[in-house]
Amino acid sequence: MIRTEELLLNVGPQHPSTHGVFRIVVKLDGEVITEADPVMGYLHRGTEKLAENLNYTQIIPYTDRMDYVSAMTNNYVLVHAVEKLMQIEIPERADFLRLIVMELQRVASHLVWWGTYLLDIGAMSPFLYAFRDREIIINLFNELCGARLTYNYMRVGGVKWDAPEGWIEKVRKFIPYMRDKLEEYTDLVSGNEIFLARIRGIGKYDADTAIAYGLSGANLRCTGVSWDIRKDQPYSLYNRFEFDVPVGTNGDCYDRYLLRFEEIRQSLRILEQAVEQFPAEGETMGKVPRVLRAPEGEVYAGIESPRGEIGCFIASKGKDKPYRLKFRRPSFVNLQILPKLLVGETMTNLITILGGIDIVVGEVDC
Amino acid sequence: MSDEQKKETAPPSSDRESDAVKKEAEAPAPSGQAAGSAEAEPTTPNEGQSSPEAEKPAPKARPVKADKEEPPKAPAGESAGTGEAAGPAAEGQAAEKEPAAAPAAKAAPTDAEKEAKAKAAAEARAARASARAKKPDAEEDAGPKEPSPNQPRLDRLVQILKHELGEEAVAEAFINERDAHMPYVIVNSGKWFEAAELLRDHEELRLNYLRNVTGIDQETHMEVVYHLLSLHTKQEYCVKVKTDRDAASIPSVTPVWPTANWNEREIYDLLGIDFPGHPDLRRIMMSDDWVGHPLRKDYEPLDPEV
Repeated sequence: MIRTEELLLNVGPQHPSTHGVFRIVVKLDGEVITEADPVMGYLHRGTEKLAENLNYTQIIPYTDRMDYVSAMTNNYVLVHAVEKLMQIEIPERADFLRLIVMELQRVASHLVWWGTYLLDIGAMSPFLYAFRDREIIINLFNELCGARLTYNYMRVGGVKWDAPEGWIEKVRKFIPYMRDKLEEYTDLVSGNEIFLARIRGIGKYDADTAIAYGLSGANLRCTGVSWDIRKDQPYSLYNRFEFDVPVGTNGDCYDRYLLRFEEIRQSLRILEQAVEQFPAEGETMGKVPRVLRAPEGEVYAGIESPRGEIGCFIASKGKDKPYRLKFRRPSFVNLQILPKLLVGETMTNLITILGGIDIVVGEVDC
Repeated sequence: MSDEQKKETAPPSSDRESDAVKKEAEAPAPSGQAAGSAEAEPTTPNEGQSSPEAEKPAPKARPVKADKEEPPKAPAGESAGTGEAAGPAAEGQAAEKEPAAAPAAKAAPTDAEKEAKAKAAAEARAARASARAKKPDAEEDAGPKEPSPNQPRLDRLVQILKHELGEEAVAEAFINERDAHMPYVIVNSGKWFEAAELLRDHEELRLNYLRNVTGIDQETHMEVVYHLLSLHTKQEYCVKVKTDRDAASIPSVTPVWPTANWNEREIYDLLGIDFPGHPDLRRIMMSDDWVGHPLRKDYEPLDPEV
């Protein structure tokens, strides 16, 4: 008889498939995981504590560094919360610019996810394709605000920079290009037998579990729950545009994969309409007092980031700095289901399931 | 919040009346006024004038100044002072108004004008007195709360909680107007676990989705804020639970909403609130041997070098 023994294995913190500095301690029985304990905090910078000593404008760069793959939506959630608290109206052109960069960011973020996910699973070339096309978006952002990753683009009351001449045209041209490439990606990967064998039916959960665990984004919608904040609690200008909220049926990694793909298509659809309706001229900053002194009160603003619901809770005591600022980070909340999903799975599936949740560790730790 | 309420409850008609009177008093200096405030239509001066007045948060202060008979400068100064608090719109208007008021003050001192002004002031006083007489019942009419669209939902929530868990379950209930009229309810921590189960399972509420959990150190006490959503009805509520600062403890709701698990661990780690009933309460962000809870307002790092 073969003697078996429990094995304790540290995955991470320095492991490429953990997408950052993140560690999981797994107990293995042969190849099968019997227990998993995520360990985080390696990237904890105390953003919420730091924010208590900064004024609202100074906090914006910190949001860039939370989910550094999707800095634009992070910028937005903070300024949106402050605007809600101070009841500031922002000019239409600024709103359009915000929406356009957020949707571009969603495409870019999903591309990063797609590339790295396939890299985790063992396909090298999609990663290169994804980063090639993401580069176009990054360059667009670079033209707009002079940064490639940490944009610090939005301000309370509007946006910092207006679109340079011809910028909107470039966005317009990007849309058909990206649509074309999506077809290429689908042909290349989505029907691949080996790929399907790796992700179909893996990491499966039902709608009740997803809701109980507070999952959001594609992680929630893959179970058939239609909850997209852009649709259900519209912010910015989302109620002006037509788009669908794709939902899955099986709640497995394959559904999440297809959903993110479909979300890119829907983002392109929104972008197309936004570029068409983009106001020819107008202000990019609304009337805001020089010192942003939010009135006493509490406000919570949640928006749909590429990873799910990112939220910002502000408790203000009437000062120019928040009394308490809390970010609801989708990566952090979505990751909670991981130990549950891993039990009974093999080590290879650990990578598939973790990648399928789509986390950014900067956001998990905040 | 209170500023806004005052603004709204002040009867706008009486404001406009007294403005009209003041306008009469300032009439001898029309050129300065018109040049200064480009926005004010000459045919309908009342409207142009009344909007900055309406922005003013404290209508009570007005009678005092008018009695001293220096109306032109004082309102401008005041609205400039309060502009920042009242928001961006008021600030802009105050800035526009100032140049208008200054020339009026310079042109004032002839006798006829003074007389006219005194007369106007008297009239204004009378108008204001009658306005004041009207005010109390106007306030009552509007009610202390603007009838919020979510008030019925809040009342129903409180009714359900009190009916199922007893009167003492709900400590306070109010509408947070700033947060899109979110119904807020403060639940007593002793009843919180039962209340959480009720909120999730009750036929009408079915708050199955816990959006966000925040811990706040209010210096006098600790509180935890839960943002709840029903994915069936798409309705939202906010629940607060307060606890003592020194022995901070709130029942864990992880058995009710598993998503609370890491959120509670984070709050325990950063704010030092205990959650009895939590399956695995230990630090999550800071290292296990960390001393203190960093998000507490009186936190001093053990080793400032770190």
